[in-house]
Formats: sequence, C-alpha cells, structure tokens
Amino acid sequence: MSGNRAAARRKQDVFRWVTIGVCLLFFALPLYGMLEFTTRGPGGTRSAQTWATLLDFGKVSAEYPALKEGFLASVGLAVLTVLIMLVLLVPTMTWVRLRLPGLSRTVEFLCLLPLTVPAIVLVVGLTPVYAWVTYLLGESTLWLSLAYVILVLPYAYRSLDAGLRAIDVKTLAEASRSLGAGWGTVMMRVILPNLRTAVLSASFLSVALVLGEFTIANLFSRKNLQVAMYELGKSDAQISIAVGLAALVFGFLVLFAMSFVGGPRSATAAAPRLRRTRKESP
Amino acid sequence: MTSMTSTDGQGVAVQLTGLRRTYGALNALDHFTLHIAPGELVALLGPSGCGKTTALRCLAGLEDPDSGRIEVGGRDITSVPTSRRDMGMVFQAYSLFPHMTARQNVEFGLQLRKRSTQERRTRAADMLDLVGLSDQADKYAHQMSGGQQQRVALARALAIEPQVLLLDEPLSALDAKVRTQLRDEIRRIQLTVGTTTLFVTHDQEEALAVADRVGVMRAGHLEQLAAPEELYARPTSEFVADFVGLTNRLPGTAVDGHADVLGGRVPLLDGSATSGEVMVLVRPEGIDIAADPAGDATVLSGSFLGAHGRVTAETAGGHHVVVQVPSSAVAAYPPGTRVRLTARGDRALAVRAE
Repeated sequence: MSGNRAAARRKQDVFRWVTIGVCLLFFALPLYGMLEFTTRGPGGTRSAQTWATLLDFGKVSAEYPALKEGFLASVGLAVLTVLIMLVLLVPTMTWVRLRLPGLSRTVEFLCLLPLTVPAIVLVVGLTPVYAWVTYLLGESTLWLSLAYVILVLPYAYRSLDAGLRAIDVKTLAEASRSLGAGWGTVMMRVILPNLRTAVLSASFLSVALVLGEFTIANLFSRKNLQVAMYELGKSDAQISIAVGLAALVFGFLVLFAMSFVGGPRSATAAAPRLRRTRKESP
Repeated sequence: MTSMTSTDGQGVAVQLTGLRRTYGALNALDHFTLHIAPGELVALLGPSGCGKTTALRCLAGLEDPDSGRIEVGGRDITSVPTSRRDMGMVFQAYSLFPHMTARQNVEFGLQLRKRSTQERRTRAADMLDLVGLSDQADKYAHQMSGGQQQRVALARALAIEPQVLLLDEPLSALDAKVRTQLRDEIRRIQLTVGTTTLFVTHDQEEALAVADRVGVMRAGHLEQLAAPEELYARPTSEFVADFVGLTNRLPGTAVDGHADVLGGRVPLLDGSATSGEVMVLVRPEGIDIAADPAGDATVLSGSFLGAHGRVTAETAGGHHVVVQVPSSAVAAYPPGTRVRLTARGDRALAVRAE
C-alpha cells in the first residue's frame, strides 16, 4: 500500500517538475532569444555594445532622441496615472464602503468594465474626448494618463478592494471620528496606513501596465516608450529589442517586488479581522 | 451596585428627548427619551433590533436622528458632528488602529487635540496603567488578546477625558471569564473617573451587574428604566419580566391585589391585572419545592448550575415550572419524583389570561 503511495508521489513530483520546466522554457526562450540577438557582434562574435549604449543615458539622448522622449513620457505617464488612480479610487471606495454599501456592486461593475472593452474600441470612444483635451490642455503625451486610468481601473480596483476587505474600515473610521478626527485625518492617518500594501500593489500594477501600453498611444499618435521602441525597431532592431527586454525585466521585477513589499504590515492589518471571529483569552 | 456612585463630579448630564430614527419601514427609535445623571452608568438592554445601539450611535453622532433632541451638559448637540462631540467610545468589534502600538492608539486622540508630547506620553502611561496594561504599551493589536485590545480601546476612549463614555457591547466578543473580569473592571474604572456612561448590551447579567440603572428597550422605546434590583423584583410589564431573568407563567386567580397560584397567595405588583383569571409571572426562586408522594407535580429534569441548581417539574395542569434550589439539592429530585410546589409569597406581576 505504502509502495503504491510512494510511486504515486514520485509520479506527481515528475509531473510537477515537467510542468514547471515547460513553463520556464515558454517564458525563458523568447527572453533568451532577445538577449542572444542583442549581444550579437560583428562576424558572429558576442558583444555587450548594445547594452553599454543603453546604459549610457547621454549617448541614448544624443543618438536616439525619440527613445529618450518616449522613456520620459512613459515615466511621466506612469506617475500621473498612479496619482490620478489613487486620488480617484481610494476615497471613492472607502466612502462607498462607509456610507453607500449599496453602490459597491455598481462601482465594481464600472471599474471592471474596461476589461471587456478592447483598446481599439476605447480609442474610438475617446477620440472626440481627446479632441477636446487637445483643444483645452494641449498636445502633451501626458494627457494619455486620463485614458490609462481607465485601463488600470480593474487591476487597481481589485488590489484596493482586497486591502479594504482586510480591515474593518467602518469601525476604524468611527473610532477615529469619535476621538476627534475629521475625514481628512481619518483617510490620511487611519485608512491609508492600513492600505499601504494594497496601494503599493495597485500602483505597481498600474506602472507595469502603463510602461507596456502601445495601442492607445500609437492610435492617438503619441510617443511613449513602446511606440518609440516600435519606431526604433525599423531602423535599429538591436537597441529596440534591448529596450524591450529591459522593460520586460523591469516589469517582472516590479511584479516580483509586489509580493514582498509590505508583507508584515498586511499581516498586521488582517489580524483584527481574523481575531474577531473567535473568543479570546485575557 | 446602586450604592456605588461616582464622587469626583466629572460627569455631565445627558438628555435624549423624543428621538426618532427609521430605516425604511423599520422604526429603530420611536420617540425614545432617556435622562442620564452626571457620573451615572446607564445600561440599555434589549433583544436584537430593539434600537439600543441606534440610540447610542445617535448620541455619538454616528447616526442622525430623524427628529428629537440630544443634550449633553445642557448643550444641544443634535447637529454637532461626531468629531466635535467629545465622547469616548468602545466598540463591539476590535477597533484599535492596527498600524499603531497600544501607546500610539491611546495618544491618538490627544495628538488631535494638539497636546504636547510630554503630556501625551504621561496621559497614555496613566491610562494604560489604569487598565492594567502598562507592560503592553509597545505591542500592536495583533500581538494582544481580545480582552487586552478592548482594555486598550477603553484607555484610548478615556484618555481624551470625554464628557460621555459610550460602550457598544464591548464584551460580546470575549469568552465568559474574561467578560466577567472586564465588566467589573469597566465599572471600577468608571467609578474612578466618574464619567457619565451609556453601556449597550444584550446580556442581562452584564447590565444588572455594572449599571446604576438599566433601561429595557423594546421596539425603539424604553419599556422600563430602573435600578437593577427594582427591574428584577418589580417589572412593570410582561416583556420586562420575561426578558430580565427567568419567569414562570402560571395560571391563577387575582383577588384584591393578591393572586392565588400554586396553592399559595402572592401579592401583586402595580400594573397587574387585579381580578379574574390571570397568568402570574413567578421567578424560579419564588417557588418552594418539596418531595411529596401526594404532590400534584412531577419532576422532569434537574440541572446543576454551579452556585445553585434548577429543577423543572410539570404540574397536573400540564404547566412546566422551573424552581431554583441549592445545587446540593438537585440530586434529591430525580426525574419522575412527585413533588409539591408552593408559591413563596414574593410580589409578582399578573397579566390577563388569554
């Protein structure tokens, strides 16, 4: 009997490692291909010239001004998108949880809706809006952040919702109000510190999404990092692929960091909720 | 408990007048009126949905009454926001700020009042000492037990020297032993600081043990407000008699302020039905039981409850009667024993028989 069990366990182990191996290959092979391509030198040799160029910001600025422009625009877009998303979502979701719980389903529906709308459809819908945006605010690429906020809504909503579920927002808000706190203090000193992990997750996801966005920027004829890469690829494929690989690795690192940042604090926030369900000793 | 009163005079009077609060078709508060004297601890007791928590939340400013008036210390605060009401509150759910230590939690209200660091530290240390948690000052909520968290919440509420202390079922998440310890501590602390206190609970033992006066609520209004012993011994309505303590409903005949019941005669409380066939509400400790082969009742069961016990018997008329006996006497009445039951003569409430 125990022999059968051991054999079954070995079989499971083999299956597990094969699955992991296939997945790693699936993800690693294209990355390896990119790395291999960007390190090709003249005459079949290996060279780090492309990466050296990429790490030299002055050289990149001089030789690839479009890349610099796209990179700076994407960084600006990421920062602006995160700020607008947080200012829009955190107070709204907190308020809905505190005062308008009946609206939570509607807000969830609205926030998740962009998942079902293809980018091309979004652009068609946003075109007349952006005509006004351009007319009123100018042609800056940064105004794409208004559209990007819509794109990141589903992911940011999920992260923030998980954070809000982990704490008893209503009781914490009422406790601080009874101690003399105004709504601003409640948000800044009580709710936000306990949403640290959720806010960071929402922000990281938004940054990753904005840095990888191509369709909307391209269709609106704006230059962000992905558009610059695409255009550069026509004239200098190696530097373009190198930038693509760097962006991918950065995205992975951001998502990887998400699983570590604020770990202990999230346990702190979740503790009261868990404790409430059982009787306590003194 | 009523003999214990606060002496330092810190408390202020609280007056709730004609409060009304509806949720759709539900009348949570129906012209609710309550006066709390300075330094007094009043407990609101009642079944779920009777409006006791709504009354407390209206006083805290966390709910807006549809109509009525709330006065604290003679000042109308009906439309004053929660943050300016100067009330300390302890919630049923654990409400410590998870990202702060116990000390930081206690200091929070003082920080908002722009007290100096030194003053905050001293006050927080005093309050934590008052609740016996000086050694837990640097711990976070998740590092403390439920009882300790509620003590810190009490210290936090008291640190701001509130005009009124509001306790919204603060013990209901705790186990029985901690609950008893903490309720006694709450009473000790309340008497020490002398803050006017409104305590909401659904646990009658808790209410009777800590309060100067207990208000029994039903369907949004006060059914009776009285000192614990008066509430228990002289309920003014069937609901109060039923809700506070155990009550036997026994058929009897009322004549001239007395009722004949279980072969005995009991004087009737004010508000009782005064004549004819009635149901007399008799407490288990108001009935004598004696083994008697010629008795007209039969023991159904007995239960040991620690300090005392209870025997349930069925009368010839088919009524179940619960009798309180010394715990050592429970074994003397095994099921099937024929017994004689006699009403002892304590004053009781009689209601018209249906």
